[in-house]
Amino acid sequence: MLKIEDLSYLVSDGDKEIVKNVNLHFLDGKIYVITGPNGSGKSTLVKLIMGIIPPTAGKIIFDGKDITDLSIDERANLGMSYAFQQPVTFKGLKVKDILNIASHKENDFNALCDLLSKVGLCAKDYLQRPLDGKLSGGELKRIELAMVLARESKLNIFDEPEAGIDLWSFESLTNIFKNLNSTTIIVSHQTKILEIADSCILLKNGKVEKIGRYDEIKPFLSTTCGKLRGGNE
Amino acid sequence: MNRIDKSLLEKISALHNISLGAVNIRKNGEVVKRENSAEIEIVPKKNKSGIDVFIKPNLKNKAVHIPVIITEGGIDDLVFNDFFVGENAFVTIVAGCGIHNTSSDTSRHNGIHSFHLEKGAHVRYIERHIGEGNGKGGKILNPTTKIFQKENSTLEIETLQLGGVTSSARKTVATLGKGAFLRIQENILTENDNTATTDFKVTLNGENSKVEVVSRSVAKGKSVQKFQSNLVGKASCFGRVECDGILLDEARIVSVPMIDAVSKDASLTHEASIGKIAGDELVKLMTLGLNEKEAEDVIIKGFLLG
Repeated sequence: MLKIEDLSYLVSDGDKEIVKNVNLHFLDGKIYVITGPNGSGKSTLVKLIMGIIPPTAGKIIFDGKDITDLSIDERANLGMSYAFQQPVTFKGLKVKDILNIASHKENDFNALCDLLSKVGLCAKDYLQRPLDGKLSGGELKRIELAMVLARESKLNIFDEPEAGIDLWSFESLTNIFKNLNSTTIIVSHQTKILEIADSCILLKNGKVEKIGRYDEIKPFLSTTCGKLRGGNE
Repeated sequence: MNRIDKSLLEKISALHNISLGAVNIRKNGEVVKRENSAEIEIVPKKNKSGIDVFIKPNLKNKAVHIPVIITEGGIDDLVFNDFFVGENAFVTIVAGCGIHNTSSDTSRHNGIHSFHLEKGAHVRYIERHIGEGNGKGGKILNPTTKIFQKENSTLEIETLQLGGVTSSARKTVATLGKGAFLRIQENILTENDNTATTDFKVTLNGENSKVEVVSRSVAKGKSVQKFQSNLVGKASCFGRVECDGILLDEARIVSVPMIDAVSKDASLTHEASIGKIAGDELVKLMTLGLNEKEAEDVIIKGFLLG
């Protein structure tokens, strides 16, 4: 459903390649976890897929269509969703507003309640709250997840979704990914997230070092990533 | 009343569902409707244009509407409205002015208001300003507000100006007694060659008095906005001014803060930030399927009305 062909990204001064000739094929309904050391190009790769940054070379094919030159919103409307590593805050938009925008419809209280329950939040406490810096990092991260759930997309991309949700169980988070019934790409270092992947993609210096199930890539992680983070950190 | 009159009134007055206590509607410099109630008396001034509004003590949850509409060019309206709010009364006052000008002559409304709040009185004052009509004539609004708050009174002012007003100059001067609280929320959108200036001076005379001024500005086109605030703390008091501005196109916003802690026990702060729409806000909304223009509109609408 998603193919990336010879995808590269050079920073603007042209002498540093962040992503180098990456070729990947993502299949329908599978969970992929992209991992690797800091600076290996993980976040850049998913930003390229979503169109947040343009590639300097290569192609992105989504459902048979070349989307390399499409804008972010055009990709979103084809069925792609993206959860940010650092959730964005707004002056004036409420949680309810952003969930309605995400789902492209006016939801009633029960529908919004269902969405927020899935990320462990109570609708009556949160729907009217402004989506601003007064919410904690963990609350913002969960609302970010709820936005993706609201969209019911074919392809969901999560950039380090576990950061800041320590008070919520990892099991709840991994259950969300397992129940998505869509193609899921997660950038993560967390063992418990790597364990649920159908396929783990290990990046190093912008290149794909190894692809396989967690137990297959595990021997390469200790040397490539240094210390691997446990589920409860 | 014709369709334009009704539309203007709807836009500046239909803002709440509190039961109406009294009403005074002014059109093109003349009073076209006035109704008193047993608790709210509107008395026309004898020597100049305008009204005195007397609100009885302890009156609860009633509203006073005093909208002004101008539907012709060449009108220069000057009006003095004074509100006397009795002890422990709680009322909503809806003012504001709508100008629909299709002519080449400028129309102007200068509303000079004063608020005298007795002990424990609580007033919510809603002021909406709009300009409409594609005539070349200016649509000018210059509101002046003088505020005198006695012990433990509360005044909440919500000002909204959503484009179309070619020029506005707001001046607000307030004096706060012991335990009094003043909150001002001002949201202004300018476009094209509009200019809008705001000038606040609040003197906190009483112990434990408090003022909060929140200004949100969006400037489009070649419009210019200027925000000036001056808080003077003469007692143990608290004052905070927050000024946020979003710039688009070639517009300009100037913020001039002044805080003067005359008393060493005064606590006064000013925060201001002006800049274009944050790129990450646009990108976030685009990942939700909005194009750049739709994302910009959502951000501006939320910023001004959220």
